[in-house]
Amino acid sequence: MRAALTSELRKWTTTRLWWVLLVIMAAYMAFLAVVMAFSLTLAPTGGTAPVGGVDAALTVYTLGNGLGYVFPLLAGAMSMTSEFRYQTITPSLLGDPRRGVFLGAKLVSAAVIGLAFGVVGTAASVAGGAPILSLRGDGAFLTEGDVLAPIALSVVALAIWAFVGVGVGSLITNQVAAIVVVLAFTQFVEPILRVGFSAVDALEGVAKFLPGAASEALVGASTYASLGMSELLDRWAGALVFLAYGVVLAAIGRWTTLRRDIT
Amino acid sequence: MISVDRLTKTFGTVRAVDDLTFEVRPGAVTGFLGPNGAGKTTTLRMLLGLVAPTSGSATIDGRRYADLERPGRVVGAALEAASFHPGRTALDHLRVFAPSMGVSDARCRELLAMVGLADAADRRVGGFSLGMRQRLALATTLLGDPPVLILDEPANGLDPGGIRWLRELLRFFAGEGRTVLVSSHVLSEVQQTVDDVVIIAQGRLVHASPLAELAAMAVRHVEVVSPDAEALRAVLDDRGWSYAPASREGVRGFDVSQVSAAEVGAAAFGASVELHTLTQREVELEDVFLSLTGQDGTPTSAGAPAAAEVAA
Repeated sequence: MRAALTSELRKWTTTRLWWVLLVIMAAYMAFLAVVMAFSLTLAPTGGTAPVGGVDAALTVYTLGNGLGYVFPLLAGAMSMTSEFRYQTITPSLLGDPRRGVFLGAKLVSAAVIGLAFGVVGTAASVAGGAPILSLRGDGAFLTEGDVLAPIALSVVALAIWAFVGVGVGSLITNQVAAIVVVLAFTQFVEPILRVGFSAVDALEGVAKFLPGAASEALVGASTYASLGMSELLDRWAGALVFLAYGVVLAAIGRWTTLRRDIT
Repeated sequence: MISVDRLTKTFGTVRAVDDLTFEVRPGAVTGFLGPNGAGKTTTLRMLLGLVAPTSGSATIDGRRYADLERPGRVVGAALEAASFHPGRTALDHLRVFAPSMGVSDARCRELLAMVGLADAADRRVGGFSLGMRQRLALATTLLGDPPVLILDEPANGLDPGGIRWLRELLRFFAGEGRTVLVSSHVLSEVQQTVDDVVIIAQGRLVHASPLAELAAMAVRHVEVVSPDAEALRAVLDDRGWSYAPASREGVRGFDVSQVSAAEVGAAAFGASVELHTLTQREVELEDVFLSLTGQDGTPTSAGAPAAAEVAA
């Protein structure tokens, strides 16, 4: 397992794609944090901002998980699909034919790389938002435990997104298809489902089990919840549901994709 | 020792590999030959645990690939598909697969030098020619210094100098006592390299023997025509040669087996028989291969007599 893990980590460090994603994420998160911090501190005439104080800080600092999770998710998915696209799956499985070990090493290494996405994405959100919050709003709240814990958990959540990505990639091995599905689901399907479910009484409870909602439950801050649009699970329940997405997807991939002939 | 025993693989209704049995011995280079689509790559993939056989078995030293401990140290394999991430450098490609063989970066560099890619170590594989990729693939197979080498079409894309280099390298490995299995769809490409041949067509074994036995099947023929056919026949009978009547453009002649044109000419001259045609017809080894695999224009079912000669 250790050799397989070293091999997987080298696969990451010897390619450039994830660096590109990481840099784009950093820039995008910093930009969003600036925009969000400005809009939250923009008091309407004669009133106070709808979201302020600690809530404003949380919303801005966890933007990485709230809106930037597509980056580690894509990186994780492509770590698997590129094996099929470039047929490196063949030498990978020749080196170690134990397919479960191969998948396990990929999941763990993706989580490790995901931590980098978590640190960079979260740091960019904080760096972009904190100065504006402290100058124009109620403060940066960077020393409060209620803010620091979600920041740390945002790092963890983004790492788990990369882990979930490997699950997605092991199920959808076609690289283009995987990218399309990831983008469509994260940018379109889940947001619509969350808003739609919250509008229908019978489905209201379902929305919180969607992966994005589960990750927000783990972090303890939600872009949607701060706008009053959805309920979240408890932190531990959210963490388990979120992890289950990765584990279940990977398990299905193990018994479909990785059970088939490699031709 | 590689052992393939009654190996069969069906994809849907297609029998890609059909009841295939052969062995590959150490200390020799064995050519695994057959036309494209004969089932060579599928057989190799089953041997390497990438494709599950429908029935039968393929083992290395009596064990399935998946059951080998550190298989990369026992078997080095390069399959036809170019399995490289184009963004990785040659050295990084080797470093990615080095951990499972338990080898160092120094060993990776050493191998790049051995296959003539030392100068390209830090270049991305995406810019490599087919020949360079073949060399890198070979370096990958040698990472774990394995006693068994399995190479699928390794000469593809190599220039003549590269083919000669590959030939010498494979001969060297066989000389060290390693088992070397090389697939190709062109016999002439490996003719000067291999000791043994295993020939398949349409998933079935059609011939397995030392190369010399295959060469013996390349029978020489002499076509001879005389205006006095009966006198010529008497000469051929007198010498005890085997021959068959051959008619060409209305002229009656004979097709004489396993003799040279000089011998036939001398015999006819000695008996004062006038000759109008005396032609040596060499059957090239490649022709034998083509007729065995049904590529000589006749359908494979007509190649059945050849298949009947198989002494597997």
